[in-house]
Amino acid sequence: MSKLTIPLMARLEDIPAGEREMLKKLPLPEFDGTPFVKLEKPLTECRISLLSTAAIQKRNDKLFWRGAVDYRIIPGDVDHGDVVMSHSSVNFDRSGFQQDLNVCFPLGRLHELADDGTIGSVGSFHFSVIGGSEPEKLEDSAREIARILKQDGVDVLFLVPI
Amino acid sequence: MRLHSENIKPPRALWVPFELGRPLGVPNDAEFQHKVIASAFDLLERDAGPVLEDFPEDVPGGTPNEGEFEMAGQVCPIDLPPPVSDDSDIMQALEAEIGRLAPWYEMAVNERGRTTVGVSEVEIPDAARFVVGMAQEKAPEIPRGDLERGPCLKVCSEDLKAFYSEAISAQPGMSTSLAVENWLWNKTMLGKILWQLRNVGLESDDEFTRYHAQRSLVPDRQIHLYEEIPRVFESFSLQRK
Repeated sequence: MSKLTIPLMARLEDIPAGEREMLKKLPLPEFDGTPFVKLEKPLTECRISLLSTAAIQKRNDKLFWRGAVDYRIIPGDVDHGDVVMSHSSVNFDRSGFQQDLNVCFPLGRLHELADDGTIGSVGSFHFSVIGGSEPEKLEDSAREIARILKQDGVDVLFLVPI
Repeated sequence: MRLHSENIKPPRALWVPFELGRPLGVPNDAEFQHKVIASAFDLLERDAGPVLEDFPEDVPGGTPNEGEFEMAGQVCPIDLPPPVSDDSDIMQALEAEIGRLAPWYEMAVNERGRTTVGVSEVEIPDAARFVVGMAQEKAPEIPRGDLERGPCLKVCSEDLKAFYSEAISAQPGMSTSLAVENWLWNKTMLGKILWQLRNVGLESDDEFTRYHAQRSLVPDRQIHLYEEIPRVFESFSLQRK
């Protein structure tokens, strides 16, 4: 399964000094290599799911707290009104998410792309974690998410960091 | 951050120049969001990696800079009474402010078909009473029996902020993140109370409450404005710690 990610946004110089220095000094995980996979089928046949680090969840689901390493499932047919956010950080804009879920979790856009044939289909399951947790501690969740995605026949995971 | 992607080297990554919280750039702009997605999916055509490419466009109007940050949202779009200085009137003032915002909040919910308020599972008036009580160091009853005081304070604060943000962004000229943020933190009774809550929380013996006050209540850029640019705050009736 190919993995495609969109990294965190913004220019460092646009971020206030305190947050900027923290981000520049953030210890990063080290990997032995890059698990690059060639896409073996056209995009029009690909099944695609989303992974968000925005700590979004279904309403009344278990809340995310700082440092959490578990994940939440966002069903592919979720009502957008049933999605809320419980991220601990206040240093990213939430007004965009409040106005339009797609600006940070483009599930509606994926469905549009499936409807017009640009992509094959939208995965049954999408996922959310809380960004800022120690990456190494997320391994168990990552492996479980990968297992579920494979069982659902997903070809591409679209990682949308907040 | 592009810096992080350069070091971590994921298989494929698209750097975008948008502000944190808006990875697809612009809310309610399907055309622009589809451009971003198309650029990301183009990376699937690359035969070798790691791939790190830049999305070439900024959002229409550009990402707000510091100058805009200072001025955005400084014109109060709602006729709110001036902040009160008597603690006994604070709850009444907050309730009145919420009441004035309620029609705008309902309009926003009707237009968008959704709300993000509700993560606390506490009604807004109860959340407001709890937050005010905590800001006044009165140890109010915790409105949720399954949460401790600090976590309940966090989710109640976030729901109040979301209520305000959703309401005001329904107004013309108040859709940018900076306009909403500056208005909330500098022109509202809720903002005043949350600043007071921060001051109280910084002195708390409880680790969660102290961290909440330090890092999880007020955005860093508002703290920066508060601490580094006092001339902006001379026009506001806020007391500096």
